Amino acid sequence: MSEVVTVVDYGRGNLFSVQRALEHCGAEVRLVSDPEELSGVDKLLLPGVGAFRDAMQALAARGMDCAIRDYAASGKPLFGICLGMQLLLDSSDEFGQSKGLGLIPGRVQAIPNQDGTGASLKVPHIGWSELCLGAERESWAGSLLEGLVPGRSAMYFVHSYMVVPDAAQHRVADCRYGDIAISAVIQRDNIWGAQFHPEKSGEAGLSILRRFVAL
Amino acid sequence: MSNVRLIARLDVKGKNLIKGIHLEGLRIIGSPGEHAQRYYEQGIDELIYMDCVASLYGRNSLGDLVEQTARNVFVPMTVGGGVRSVDDVRELLRRGADKVAVNTAAARRPELISEIANAFGSQCMVLSIEAKRKPGGWEVFTDNGREFTGRDVIEWAQEAASLGAGEILLTSVDQEGTRKGYDLDLVKAVSASVGIPVIASGGMGSSQHAVDAIHSGADAIAMADLLHYKRSSIAQVREDVSAAGIRVRVYE
Repeated sequence: MSEVVTVVDYGRGNLFSVQRALEHCGAEVRLVSDPEELSGVDKLLLPGVGAFRDAMQALAARGMDCAIRDYAASGKPLFGICLGMQLLLDSSDEFGQSKGLGLIPGRVQAIPNQDGTGASLKVPHIGWSELCLGAERESWAGSLLEGLVPGRSAMYFVHSYMVVPDAAQHRVADCRYGDIAISAVIQRDNIWGAQFHPEKSGEAGLSILRRFVAL
Repeated sequence: MSNVRLIARLDVKGKNLIKGIHLEGLRIIGSPGEHAQRYYEQGIDELIYMDCVASLYGRNSLGDLVEQTARNVFVPMTVGGGVRSVDDVRELLRRGADKVAVNTAAARRPELISEIANAFGSQCMVLSIEAKRKPGGWEVFTDNGREFTGRDVIEWAQEAASLGAGEILLTSVDQEGTRKGYDLDLVKAVSASVGIPVIASGGMGSSQHAVDAIHSGADAIAMADLLHYKRSSIAQVREDVSAAGIRVRVYE
């Protein structure tokens, strides 16, 4: 019997690629857009491309913001990808302050167009960047990143904003952009987020989805 | 600085992967889907599908191919040729594209760039520029280098960036298919004048050409002829570029 992964469909972002990648990893994918459909769900994925406030409004309009919070409180796995990861935080600076789902303490900020040394950074940050260990991490054993090699395994990023978790312990993996450490994978208990697109990051990205499917 | 991206460009006419010289005199190479799949398995960073005859017929006909490819290829895919409206973009994204490349329609109606960027984000909106040398600069062409638009390449690149283009696919019509290397002056001039990533396209005949283009400011390298005719491999280019001290993804 294949594992079912439920994907939140709130009209933002391209679900096709995520769905295809999950199926490739052996999952059966169910799309949901209604809070009632979340009952009995064992594994939830929150995708997203676009703007933070607009996405939160789209979730709220369907009552999905509360439903996702309730689901997260159940202790079952939740995985936010790209904007879906950013939505897990408390708030975002994008177009003024907007409230997020508040599942992982921290904020979403614009990627600066200069790093600490004054070197200019292109924004959006587009391309393949290597993952490195979060400051308080010694390895990725037992995490979704198990099997990947710090400083070597690269993922595909496309984003103009980045998450800044309050607690260093929630940073599973970072990537370097100039001399800035961008939070690439975050985790708090059963709640995971990835800034990059695992569904567009070749076999290395698929390995993360495979581990999520197997959680 | 991110890793430099190595991109396979697949020009498609009807059901065939084709390759020309100066974007003309097209030769049939084979099945675009099979080539895309192979390049993915060999570790390409991104793919570009271009419908070569789309502008002629007024629409992009790659939807089926894109959908088919997206089933088993898990790297970003840009699709161009005949993209004329926000609805066209929506349809291609729905079928598995990650970005669209727009040329002719944007040259006719530059607001289209903003419309696409506003609807789907700048990261989705790749401006495709076909550039031909002129005394003291370059001119913008469309329809595979056949139609002159009256625009200057540098001014157009800057205007497009300010309208919301997220990347520029910069094809030198003069160099395309010649294997003589990219138009380095063009790459230099455009990447120095915009803050968005520039993909150098047209003329890659060896790894050294890629190194030269990156040193001229390219953020990504489009390869066609070199891969289609198997004159080199993605792994070889990756190794050579890396040996030149340029950061690329380590493919495992």
